[in-house]
Amino acid sequence: MAQVDIRQVHKSYAGREVLARLDLAMNDGELVCLLGPSGCGKTTLLRIIAGFVTPDSGQILVGGQDVSALSPSARKMGMVFQAYSLFPNMTALDNVRFGPRVAGTPRAEQTRRAEHLLDMVGLASHAQKFPHQLSGGQQQRVALARALAVQPRVLLLDEPLSALDAKVRVQLRDEIRRIQRDTGVTTVLVTHDQEEALSISDRVAVMNQGRLLQVASPATIYREPADAFVASFIGAASVFAGRAAGAAIQVGALTLPARAAATFTPGQPVDLFIRPEHVRLAALTDDIPPGAIAAIIQETTFFGSLTRLHLTLPDGGKLWADLPSEQAETFRTGSHVAARWDATAPRVMAK
Amino acid sequence: MSAPNTTPNTTPATTTPARPRPPGFGLAGWAVLLPAAIYFLLPLIMTVTFSLWEGHGQYGFAAYRALLGRPELPTSLLLSLELAVATAAALLFLLLPAMIFMNLYAPRLRPAFEFIATLPFVVPAIALVAGLSALFTGPDWLIGSPFYLVIPYFFLALPYAYRALDVGLMALDLATLTEAAQSLGAGMGQVIRLVVLPNLRAALVGSLLLTLAVVIGEFTFANVLLFRTFAVFINQVGQHEATEAAALSVVSFLITWGAMLGVLLVGRGSAPVAGAR
Repeated sequence: MAQVDIRQVHKSYAGREVLARLDLAMNDGELVCLLGPSGCGKTTLLRIIAGFVTPDSGQILVGGQDVSALSPSARKMGMVFQAYSLFPNMTALDNVRFGPRVAGTPRAEQTRRAEHLLDMVGLASHAQKFPHQLSGGQQQRVALARALAVQPRVLLLDEPLSALDAKVRVQLRDEIRRIQRDTGVTTVLVTHDQEEALSISDRVAVMNQGRLLQVASPATIYREPADAFVASFIGAASVFAGRAAGAAIQVGALTLPARAAATFTPGQPVDLFIRPEHVRLAALTDDIPPGAIAAIIQETTFFGSLTRLHLTLPDGGKLWADLPSEQAETFRTGSHVAARWDATAPRVMAK
Repeated sequence: MSAPNTTPNTTPATTTPARPRPPGFGLAGWAVLLPAAIYFLLPLIMTVTFSLWEGHGQYGFAAYRALLGRPELPTSLLLSLELAVATAAALLFLLLPAMIFMNLYAPRLRPAFEFIATLPFVVPAIALVAGLSALFTGPDWLIGSPFYLVIPYFFLALPYAYRALDVGLMALDLATLTEAAQSLGAGMGQVIRLVVLPNLRAALVGSLLLTLAVVIGEFTFANVLLFRTFAVFINQVGQHEATEAAALSVVSFLITWGAMLGVLLVGRGSAPVAGAR
């Protein structure tokens, strides 16, 4: 258990920059998600922390100690992999015991610790089973117990849930969070699943093209994205390119209310991001009420409690609106509606 | 030979009647199987029959008794077995580490490995002998000892051993298993001893038994280099005593067959990834 300090870590492969002088500090006991599209460098960063990849420059400090020169086996970091990585020739118990065993821990202590951890991940009754006798979710639980058995200073999780089906994934996600809180181990989780990142993390580090774009709490990332990439990558948003015009932006003939646009010079090119849950709809009578925009419902997507309506604006622009499903059912596909939103809701960013 | 298993007995009895039955073995199946069976079995049956022939319509074990009475039988068989073990050891200590490290650190070298492993198939044994005797001139203790044969046998067995090991290595996610073990604090020695080797057991036994079969059956090298191995002994006997040679062929067939059966049983019994345990 320790603080982790990533300092100016740089890595390129064959002239292509994978990580660009990256800095990231993690607090003791914190769970930080590295989130980004595939190829953004998140896995490379995790493997650099683990010691499997050597950075071109930069340092990894754990609890103030520079571990950059240490081999993976000397770093005391537990790791759970995306692929099933249990040793096929060993039972669940022997897998969990492996770390203490190679460290020369007395046998009784190995067994005690392994049994305790298997119990913690809910697999005490499966101790004598071989990996091929366990389901994917159970195998990843054993892998988690195995990683914790070395009493790691840092726990590294490399997309541990991505091979599992949806229901098991959510279950195990919550369990990882519980175990992480109980053990208090500093944890780095790599994922490309934003829902996973938002639901499990203390802080989310959004990455793209080898850069850290924003490191903040899930709520901040969602409500106050730092730039256009974060805004469109996290959650859903309708995007409009226009020009600032007072407390609105002008997109062709349309005026879209956005108080944040007032901070820009009138006429400056900006992007407007509006979350679907901020859009409200009313049946369109004769006149468009002031501050609202006329739209036609193109199609609907049912999500259970919510329904997303895909709207087309008079100039051809697209707008999403998420409504409670009962409310959404009052609107028919093809009908004309007035769309509006609170002017404080949209994010406006310079182009 | 057991009846062909075309209707799996695990099929539940409550299959919907509309569903067509899997096609039976049928006439076409037998039309292929029977000639194949005759092609493989007939020479064996004839050899066994001939090995039991004592002349004048009499049959018995005279040839086998005469064979067992020859002092060269145990010595030549022992020499061949020793050579097989030595060759297998050479493969284990040279080929296996090379393959593990190629898979882990230099997967781009795979085509080169494949090429080298196929070469012995391409070069005829007699060309290898000629090349070997021209190249490996050396002190008497080396070229005068039958263990000199381990060098060519290594290359003869290489394609078989390589294939068997490659199948075993490909079935493992070696990179992930190694990284998992390393992150848990294991050094490379521990990784190989505790993780890689136990999971390669079936492949290892397979490659060793194939090596055994290759070395015991090898004739050209031993004969040209004048060492009296088992295959050379078979040939010698055959030039004088026809029925005894047939008996010897049967014996060597049984040894090879036993080795193959060993491969199959071990492969089936210890595949923890797929099989029951």
